[in-house]
Amino acid sequence: MRILVAMSGGVDSSVVAGLLKAEGHEVIGATLQLYDHGAATSRKGACCAGQDIHDARRVADALDIPHYVLDRESRFRDAVVQDFADSYARGETPIPCVRCNQTVKFEDLVGLARDLGAEALATGHYAQRVDGPGGAELHRAADPARDQSYFLFATTQAQLDFCRFPLGAMPDKAAVRAEAARLGLAVAEKPDSQDICFVPEGRYSDVVAKFRPDAAEPGEIVHLDGRVLGRHAGIARYTVGQGRGLGQASRDGDQPLYVAAVEPGRRRVVVGPRAALPQPEIAAAEVNWLAEPPNLPLSCQVKLRAREVPQPATVRWDAAAGLLRVTPDSPAIAAPGQACVVYDGERVLGGGFIRREAA
Amino acid sequence: MTLYCDANATEPLRPAARAAVIAALDMGGNPSAVHGAGRAARRRLEEAREALARRFGARPGDVVFTGGGTEANALAIHGLGRGRRVLVGATEHPAVLAAAGPGATSIPVLEDGQVDLEVLKGLLAEGPPALVCLMAANNETGVLHPVAAVAALCQAHGALLHMDAVQAAGRIPLPQGADSWAISGHKLGGPPGAGALLLRPGLDLPALIAGGGQERGRRGGTEPLPAIAGLAAALAEPDEAGRLAALRDRIEAGLGGEAIIAGAGAPRLPNTSCIILPGVPAETQVIALDLAGVRVSAGAACSSGKVARSPVLAAMGLGPLAGCGIRVSLPWNAPEDAAERFLEAWSAMRRRLSKSAA
Repeated sequence: MRILVAMSGGVDSSVVAGLLKAEGHEVIGATLQLYDHGAATSRKGACCAGQDIHDARRVADALDIPHYVLDRESRFRDAVVQDFADSYARGETPIPCVRCNQTVKFEDLVGLARDLGAEALATGHYAQRVDGPGGAELHRAADPARDQSYFLFATTQAQLDFCRFPLGAMPDKAAVRAEAARLGLAVAEKPDSQDICFVPEGRYSDVVAKFRPDAAEPGEIVHLDGRVLGRHAGIARYTVGQGRGLGQASRDGDQPLYVAAVEPGRRRVVVGPRAALPQPEIAAAEVNWLAEPPNLPLSCQVKLRAREVPQPATVRWDAAAGLLRVTPDSPAIAAPGQACVVYDGERVLGGGFIRREAA
Repeated sequence: MTLYCDANATEPLRPAARAAVIAALDMGGNPSAVHGAGRAARRRLEEAREALARRFGARPGDVVFTGGGTEANALAIHGLGRGRRVLVGATEHPAVLAAAGPGATSIPVLEDGQVDLEVLKGLLAEGPPALVCLMAANNETGVLHPVAAVAALCQAHGALLHMDAVQAAGRIPLPQGADSWAISGHKLGGPPGAGALLLRPGLDLPALIAGGGQERGRRGGTEPLPAIAGLAAALAEPDEAGRLAALRDRIEAGLGGEAIIAGAGAPRLPNTSCIILPGVPAETQVIALDLAGVRVSAGAACSSGKVARSPVLAAMGLGPLAGCGIRVSLPWNAPEDAAERFLEAWSAMRRRLSKSAA
């Protein structure tokens, strides 16, 4: 069948294109240009396309598949980078990869794929799409170290039905690199991408300051008990649970302090001892379900940040408020803006974005 | 089977040009050398120069060979624009806009893509002598400017007129009345790598690239003789204008009411049609047609290959439609069933897009 492959120029999506081609599919490669690479790295005279787009085209050449570069700079700036900055200005810690998947990647590329008469969209994500009785199900990748299902929770059921994740069953990254080498792809040894793609150098807080100067304005660092302990250079530099960057407010006598809350209205960063941070109940909004929403409390697992394994919890879908209410078995630290993803074993049931509880 | 409809990006090589290129490659020799091999190469170079001059009604001494159209435009604009205000048409090619620089004044176009003569008149009257840069034919829409009227205005106000004739040369008679004309070999069926600047008699300009004094000191560097020979040979071929215009008209008549032809009200190149399909990004159209084997383009091509919103269509006041136009430019060797084949692929694309939107 005709399949559109989202090719980033990295080893993962290159292998996807190569595997599907080898299976005999009519593969079409598409690479999103999301930001001006030269401007992002402050390198004068750098090509507007950047190395990754060049690599994607060379892989497409090697595989002898048609390949197109899609200019999505303004869409990405509006849907992802602006949202990233706005989220920080609201005192949250955004998760731009989810926003990008939600908008530029799945919404737009699924639409383009359909317009081009393709029957599926394939990406290099490490997650598994399993055919179930009620349509496609999203499952964790075979390799827990690479699993990206957390970042895919906002994919709609219709998008998931249309998508393919051929790397989800790969045992590990080494196997993917071996596959790339076997396919003769020049990117087989290319290093993994790091951090936030549109901040390849320098500090993310500089990007936030450009879009939302208010998030870079100084303010007070206060203790939970009300004492003013110091000053900060912008709330965008802080996330709940953080212990660094607090200066003289990093300790209270012998006791190390951590960010307990970020208050955008008063531009305050609130700190407290570690033990004061975990919450008994967490709420998440903008909820997307990839299963029947649980009306009664459901025992399951939740993942509250990218780098942790799912923890046991009870969740309840508050349809009236449009909120997912989570009670972790043991109180957990939750940073507003991050994703709260609900698992039933290997399967993703749904998820939302963590919201600050109304005080 | 594929259908190539992107002649305005590059024309397929004319067989006569191919033969001339290969003969010149085999001949060797540097036209500047003193010995027999050099003399033979120089003779070939001057024959090409004379052929160009004859074809365009210029004097051989006023033909400056360059590495291509971009260089010919840059040579003229840098050379003739010194000490003058530079006025550039709003729909000029990036090669002209870049050479004119950010300080240049833009001359707006009307809805049909032709230059606004009233505004141009006002601009010419309001300041010191100018250099006006206006293309003979637009690369995206094929729209022709009213050159005679523009030339008269320029003359009346002591302005020089440089004409980017890259798309016009070889397709229509070169409009007269300008002070210089830029042409490009690969846009008229020659190989890439050679272009020329034609100068009005008596006009001279300094070199952009200094060197060994080639081209009467107006362009340094050994002349790319094979490419120049190919350019001259391509120009000797018939222009196919009547045949291509008939094909183009058949395409436009077969599109149905939904499509809009940019600049339809203005005189246009015989081979070019800019087809707007409202609501469908040009990028989607270009890719869908490519997958169906039909090669068209949209907007200004960036070296990265991405499709951008067309500044030409935007300057014509088309608003959001500026992102929905594709350029169909028929090559000199378009087959007789080109219109039917194009329409078949285009209609299939339109049907599928209206289905997936529903």
